[in-house]
This record gives sequence, structure tokens and C-alpha cells, in this order.
Amino acid sequence: MLRIRRVQERIESEYMGDEMKTPVHLYIGQEAIASGVCAVLRDEDAVNGNHRGHGHYLAKGGDLKAMIAELFCRSTGCSKGFGGSMHLVDTAHGNMGTSAIVGGGIPIGTGQALAFQMRRLDRVSVVFFGDGAADEGTFYESVNFAMLKRLPVVYVMENNGWAVCSSTASRQCAENVFHRGADPELLFTARIDGNDPELVRAAAEKAVARARAGLGPSFIECATYRILGHAGCLQQDPKGYRDPAEVEAWRERCPVRTYRDRLLEGGLLDPSALDRMEAEIAAEIDAAFAFARTSPLPTADDLHTNLFRG
Amino acid sequence: MPWSRIKPDTNEPDFLSDAMPGGPDGRRITYAEAVNEALSQALALDPRVFVMGQGVDDPSGMFGATRGLHLRHGRERVFDTPLAETALSGVAVGAALGGMRPVYFHNRPDFLLLAMDQLVNHAAKWHYMFGGAACVPLVFWACIGRGWGSAAQHSQALQGLFNHVPGLKLVMPATCFDAKGLMLAAIADDNPVLIIDHRMNFRQRGIVPETPYTVPLGRGVVRRRGRDVTVVAVSHLLAEAFAAAQELAAEEGVEAEIIDPRTLRPLDEELILASVARTGRLVVADTGWKTGGVAAEIAAMVAEKGFDSLRAPVVRVCNPDLPTPSGYTLERAYYVGKDEIKAGILKAARG
Ligand SMILES: Cc1ncc(C[n+]2csc(CCOP(=O)(O)OP(=O)(O)O)c2C)c(N)n1
Repeated sequence: MLRIRRVQERIESEYMGDEMKTPVHLYIGQEAIASGVCAVLRDEDAVNGNHRGHGHYLAKGGDLKAMIAELFCRSTGCSKGFGGSMHLVDTAHGNMGTSAIVGGGIPIGTGQALAFQMRRLDRVSVVFFGDGAADEGTFYESVNFAMLKRLPVVYVMENNGWAVCSSTASRQCAENVFHRGADPELLFTARIDGNDPELVRAAAEKAVARARAGLGPSFIECATYRILGHAGCLQQDPKGYRDPAEVEAWRERCPVRTYRDRLLEGGLLDPSALDRMEAEIAAEIDAAFAFARTSPLPTADDLHTNLFRG
Repeated sequence: MPWSRIKPDTNEPDFLSDAMPGGPDGRRITYAEAVNEALSQALALDPRVFVMGQGVDDPSGMFGATRGLHLRHGRERVFDTPLAETALSGVAVGAALGGMRPVYFHNRPDFLLLAMDQLVNHAAKWHYMFGGAACVPLVFWACIGRGWGSAAQHSQALQGLFNHVPGLKLVMPATCFDAKGLMLAAIADDNPVLIIDHRMNFRQRGIVPETPYTVPLGRGVVRRRGRDVTVVAVSHLLAEAFAAAQELAAEEGVEAEIIDPRTLRPLDEELILASVARTGRLVVADTGWKTGGVAAEIAAMVAEKGFDSLRAPVVRVCNPDLPTPSGYTLERAYYVGKDEIKAGILKAARG
């Protein structure tokens, strides 16, 4: 969580320098979700993130250097400079790629679960998506199919209150239909505070165990908040679409700070260990940015590579 | 994105004046303002018109095209939608059948692919399939957002795909004057019309009359006269082709005639054929892909109907048949512009 936060902060603070020429969607405020869910996954399990995918990628073990290099559009980036910030990939750790089409990844993650089931592999597929994506038909069609086939898939909806400048309430009527509609036998559903990593982890544990046992899909809605703007850095966020008091109230509930305080107060973490962690993370981030900056850019000769395999 | 101010405010080139009847009340406004004015006037003049789309009431208002419309015309007629492009496209079709004139905005053409079922399987078929008993007067709009690292799913020029579909009209304006006039014509049209705009045009300024007017669908226009080569240039490549022609005239003495088709379907075939009959040579510049695309169609049409006029092989200037790469060095290598059009004109002229 801390690592994801610090990485996002560094990106935000350097973004206006114009070296990362890719549209970034920062994950600040939502770290507890990716961290809590991925804590119960294995390397070979798959996750499917979305345009706001830095946290998913890192929590699932994605390589930081390759991610930052991708943001710098370098050929050492995880997608070799062809994908940019919205298209991170790290197949060794189950990051099989992400879509920039909202809702596009939901059936793809469902399909990975189908493959795991057909290949009789003990693997789970997790799909992360926003409340905006839950507006899309792909969501309903996928969940129906997953229930039908009892697929080992966990749908994690990150309800951060907004889709670009549209509030969830302006796009959806009260709670999501699956909380009420689906037979609990067919779909385990939960609605939790997505800023509490322990709650997220507990719900994910249940869902993943259910998937591994062949009992089928789950749907976990995590209430959270996008602290920064939709895309770019704070400075570029259009003003006036949300109440500053709302942002402030959620800042108070910062998952990283509240969890840190909880660990320190409970004596589970001592301040010097925390300092060490901070220092390690800072050094790792420095190294990743240095790596990205000194990496070569792709050239025109690379343009025609990888259209087809073989 | 900081670097995404891809084109500073520029004035449009001085295209042929008969092609731009600005009239006495013409002012220079931006392309975005021209679209906005068209929408605002359509909303004011026709109670059946409404504007929908994810983000039409955002502070950014679809790059400015829809900014403030909800304040002027009410949230009932200018409203934000859920991210449900498939269903809401069908809702737009239904609303059109029900007596309204919906204008559905998508800020990237890529999202139109979710609308494809309703657009291609339904909207484009309805009038024909029911023997003309019903019609679907709606406008779909999307904007190509190239040039800011947004990669393969956020900057596709999909006009070739939509151009393929009978029953759908396809409009790609290139000037501020046309942006307004074609929007008003599309809204007034009784058929489904897709307008694809280009982000690179959005900050350009041009002469636009204040009063409402329409530019007829299906009519192209000659933007520059020339005897040597005909260049059909789509969307923002019009300005690039115009610049290419001016430079070539000075550098090589080659005079290119530049045609802006404005509407791709129906296409103004006569205008293109008449020009090729004069020049004997054809270059087609499109912002989309080459294979099976708009340039392929225009080239085929001329080969079919104007073969006797052709004195050299047709040259197509298009983006390579590849998804758009994200990195800026790759983007630079990917997109075609003035230089590629110049090379294309010379190739046709000397072919
Ligand atoms: C099909 C589609 N429609 C619209 C968009 C434009 N768009 C990009 S992100 C976004 C908001 C997504 O909201 P949500 O799923 O809640 O994720 P969040 O950004 O809040 O994390 C929209 C509308 C898109 N990328 N794809």
C-alpha cells in the first residue's frame, strides 16, 4: 500500500515536467483494494485491471522499473513503449494486459477464468473495475455467464464515487442489482469499506476460497474515493464538479495513513521499521525513474513489430 | 495532459473564398465554438433536439463542443449518461423513432464500437427494412483524439468501418464553417448521421456566420485550384494537403487541386471525377488506415468511373495498417501529414 502510494505521488509530482507523455490515472486513495485482494493471490492467478491500473499491477508483483519506463514511453517499458500508462502487462505475475475501453476487461477476466476451469487449473481470475464500468453491458453479461458456468472469478468493483465528472448517484439507482438479485449460491456478494485493507483482504479470502473450491464467482463492491482528478495530475483536474468538503472528508479517511496509525498504535509496526520501509521505497522509486530516464526510446524501425505473432 | 496542446490556436488557411461563404456577419471563432453554436441553435430552434452523452455537462464539455449547453437549455435536454454505450445508442434510436432528434456525443470514436450493434444492425437498417414506414433521425458524434500517447484504443480513425455501412451517413468536417453547417444539416436530416471530428481541428479559428445555416450533406468542395494533380483530403489532412500544395507550387511548380469531400457517405463523386478528368492524377489522403478504408473506396470509385481520365496510378496517403503506438517517437513515425502528402503528390505527378 505504502509503495503504491509513494509511486503514485512521485508520478504526480513529476507529471507536469512533461517527460511522461502518457495519460495517467492515479490510484491515490484506493490502495487498500489492490493490496488487500492481491495479498491472497498467488503468482499464477490472474488479475485484470483497468485504465487506473498502476495499483493492480504493482500489488500483483509487477516490475516497477518496467512500469515507470512504460510511462516514459521507453523501449524498456513493460509494453515496450507501445502501451503507455493504461496498458501495463507483466505476464510472469498474472498481469495479462488491460483495456482502455471501460468495461472491456470484465469479460476478458471472465474468459481467463473459463480457461482455468477448462484446463482444470487451480487458479483464480480477479477483475478490478470502477463503478463506471458497472454501467456497461459487459458487466451484466459477464456475471450472468460466470454464474452459469460457476467460473473461478472474483469481480472487484472499486466504487470511487465518480466516473470522470459524473457521480455514481447520477448514473446508477442505489445499490447494484447483483447485491439484491443474485442467488447467493451462484454469486457471493459483499459490500465493504474499501479503504480498510483488512476488510478487503477478508472478503477476498472468502471469494478466492470459493473460486478455488469450484463454487463460482463473487462480486465485491469496495466503497472508496479517488482523491485526485480523473486523469493527469491534480493541477489538471477540472474544477467545480465535486464538493471540496467531500474530497476533504475522504482525505481524512486516507487508507494508507489510517492503516499506518492503526499498526503503530497496536504495536504491530515500530516507527523505525516504518522509516526503513519508506527509505527502501524511496530508493526503489529513484532507481526506477533513473532507469526510465536513461532507457532508449523506441524508433521508427520498431513501428512494424508485433502486429502478429510468428 | 500537458503535451496534449497538440496544436496552438491557428487560423485556417485562406481556402478558396467561394468555398467558404462567410458572408458579412462572419466572425473568426474556434472550431469547438462553431460546433457549440450549432448545437445551441439547434436546441433553440427545434424542441425535438436533445443532446446526450457521457460528460456533455462536464466542465470540459467534450473539448468545448457541448460546454454550457445544459445551463442554457436545461438538463432535461442536455444530459449526462451512464457508461452504457450499447443500450443508450438503442435508446437514441428509440427516441428518434418516438419523434425526437437525439444528438449522442462520444468523446472518442473507439467507444462507438460498443454502439456498433445499434448503429449498424438497427439504426442504419430501420428505414429500409420497413419499406420506408419509419425513419431514425439521429446524430452520433465522436472525436479522434490523436497525438497524446493515448495508444491503440483511444485514437482510432474508424471512418472506414462506418463508411462500409449502407443506411448511415458519414460526415468529416475540416473547417469551422463546415463544422457548424454540417452539424445543423445532420440534425435536420431524417437519417442516422455519424459525424467524426478531429481533435487537431478543435482549436483552429475560422470564419463562421452567426446565423444558423446548413452545409448540404453529400457535397464536397474544391479548396484550391490546380491543373496537375487532384488531392482528396479528409478531415484535418485538408489543412496539411493545402500546405503541401502551396509548398509544392513554390518549390516544384506542381499545382495540386485540393478537394474536401466533407461527407464521405454519400460521397460527392461528380466533384472528384470532374477534377480527375482535368488533372489525370489522384492522391487520396485519409487520417485512417489504408486497407479497406476510405481512401481505398475513393480510389476504387475513380478507377471504376473515371479510369479513362487517369494518367498515373492512384496514390493513397494513409496511416500504416497498425494499431496506434503510445510512445511519442513511435507516434511521430506513425502519423502521416504534410510531408507524406507532398511525396504522394510528386509521385502521382511523375507517375
Ligand atoms: C466504453 C468507454 N466509454 C467511455 C470511456 C471514457 N472514460 C474513460 S475512464 C471513464 C470513467 C470510468 O469510471 P470508473 O469505471 O468508475 O473508473 P474510475 O475512473 O472512476 O476509476 C470514462 C467514462 C471509455 N474509456 N470507454
